[in-house]
Amino acid sequence: MPEMTLIEAVRETLRSEMRRDPDIFMMGEDIGPRGGVFLASEGFVEEFGEDRVMNTPLAESSIIGIALGAAVNGMRPVPEIQFADFVWPAINQLVGEAARVRYGTNGGKTAPMTVRVPYGGGVRGGLYHSQSIEVLFAHTPGLQVIAPATPYDARGLLRAAIRSNDPTVFLEHKRTYRLVRGEAPDEDYLEPIGKADIKRAGSDVTLITYGLMLHHSLQAAEMVSQSDGIEAEVVDLRTLRPIDGETILDSVSRTGRAMIVQEDTGAVSVSSEVSAIIAAEGFFDLDAPVMRVTPPEIPPMPFSPLQEAEFMPSPEKIAAGIRQLDEI
Amino acid sequence: MSQSPIGTAAETDLRLPPGLSQERLLDAYRTMCLSRALDIRIWTLNRQGKAAIAASAQGHEAAQVATVMATDPTRDRYLIYYRQLTAMLMLGTTPTEMLIQFLARDGEILSGARQFPLHGAHPRVDLFSFSNVVGTQLPQAVGVALADKMKGRDAVTISFFGDGAASQGDCHEAMNFAGIHKVPVVFLCENNRYAISVPLEQQMPVGSIASRAFAYGIPGVEVDGTDIVASYEAVKEAVDRARSGGGASLVELRVERLLPHTTDDDHTRYRSEEDIERMRDMDPLPIMEQMLRRHGILDDATDAEFKESARRAVDDATDEAEALPFPPVGDMYSGVLESGMGGNSHA
Repeated sequence: MPEMTLIEAVRETLRSEMRRDPDIFMMGEDIGPRGGVFLASEGFVEEFGEDRVMNTPLAESSIIGIALGAAVNGMRPVPEIQFADFVWPAINQLVGEAARVRYGTNGGKTAPMTVRVPYGGGVRGGLYHSQSIEVLFAHTPGLQVIAPATPYDARGLLRAAIRSNDPTVFLEHKRTYRLVRGEAPDEDYLEPIGKADIKRAGSDVTLITYGLMLHHSLQAAEMVSQSDGIEAEVVDLRTLRPIDGETILDSVSRTGRAMIVQEDTGAVSVSSEVSAIIAAEGFFDLDAPVMRVTPPEIPPMPFSPLQEAEFMPSPEKIAAGIRQLDEI
Repeated sequence: MSQSPIGTAAETDLRLPPGLSQERLLDAYRTMCLSRALDIRIWTLNRQGKAAIAASAQGHEAAQVATVMATDPTRDRYLIYYRQLTAMLMLGTTPTEMLIQFLARDGEILSGARQFPLHGAHPRVDLFSFSNVVGTQLPQAVGVALADKMKGRDAVTISFFGDGAASQGDCHEAMNFAGIHKVPVVFLCENNRYAISVPLEQQMPVGSIASRAFAYGIPGVEVDGTDIVASYEAVKEAVDRARSGGGASLVELRVERLLPHTTDDDHTRYRSEEDIERMRDMDPLPIMEQMLRRHGILDDATDAEFKESARRAVDDATDEAEALPFPPVGDMYSGVLESGMGGNSHA
């Protein structure tokens, strides 16, 4: 099985899907000859032409609005928002419009579109190139929100998103693009939307996480295993809407202890929802209160390196949290 | 803009542009009469507490029939907004189907009565409107038209909007993109000079929406929207241009909004008596009626028959719609995602 980085997994999946289905096209800022600022579409103009790899004006609302119109008229657009921090001008077209197409027409129209959104920090991106924007979309009925953490999942889930008949926000953590390598076969496989995946088995504590924090959590799990003999199970949510409550609850029923790790600030977030799921359905399995490891409640995230590092949940902070939770 | 060929003298021959026969004009007038009767009934149903909300098309009727006549409903696409009652009727929606929307009854065709009237997707023509947020349909229309261009289809997309929507950033973004990529779309502005209560001079400094077309590299024309022949010619030229690969156009039809913004509005709070009096001179129904009579196309008997049959149709439609139940509560749960409601799996 070939090993590749996460950005390579995204690029190869986009390439094979574009080859498979002529109704798929990409649009976004600098995705043409430049190949996108992260090179997700490097070499695509040469293969697919400028009509299917369309450079757009710097105007996010219309990137999504135009993609939406094309989607309801038979295409499968894959628009790119260059940085998640720039998605806000497009919120109305995504949350107000795309999410309501199927429901608001009683099924008369659908919007099969996959909005790719590079997000997340730890890249010296400061306040406007570091944001985690998932919670607003994860709050919205009518959207699917996917946040893969590995090249294998990126391939299977991006394929599933593009072939899905509903609008999907596909979140790619920028720090994982070149940091994370993994095996990802050149086969036409799909990973199910809405299913979490247990990335590490363990019996003492359940860590629930996604994105870059999966890798920090896995490191933390190894640290506490070696230093304290605590075995943490690590659940990778992979999909943030809908959240796979069953996998979470099944794991918590075996470990009795739950910790949610996320890079987004904690108040009214994915971790809040997971906490609520566990409180409502897993209460009698708990041996300790649900714990969260999240950044401080400041606008994400400072540009200067010491402050940025302090903001991010690190493997060390997560490991300290696991030890604390295990002692309760 | 080209002037209407209609002269003022009674003996002047009516020279009609290709595609516009006397029969079509008469048929358009019949639909305008039906739209007006239905519009008045909807307003009454609101005052009776039966229709929760309505935005009237009164004053916009000629602009809308002219626009639809200049298109081909068998292949063209329409992104409407909330004031398109007449266009809906021209496109074959029945008065009963319209009243079911306003009364939110079971079997509502556009959205299953989930949405305000005139929102949703039409089951027979490619007409839809997702949103109450004005201007969102403009980039969506560009995307619809872009898909047709990519697929090599000869459909044209009509994007209706009002002067209020012209202030949105989406309006600029849509026209800019359409100009760059020459997509087959017609931006059809029904400018009635008011965004609810905000007059045109407080919406824009230049008083003309069509004048913006220059900045997007597309043709733009401003036409008297009560003049059905001139409106038809302007829209037809834009539709023909789009269909033949010439790209987008902006057509601004100047109309008057004869009633307040919606049933929840009171325009005497912000329009002067003189303004309200003056706008009545722009009522497209008497203008159309007089034009048809002047040219011997309409006589007393036909006019009376049109108005009487419109009244009967509206009465029958009211009875039919009011006899229907509201949609069952359980219907509200379907159609969020193909896979189900899309909530979290514990719920």
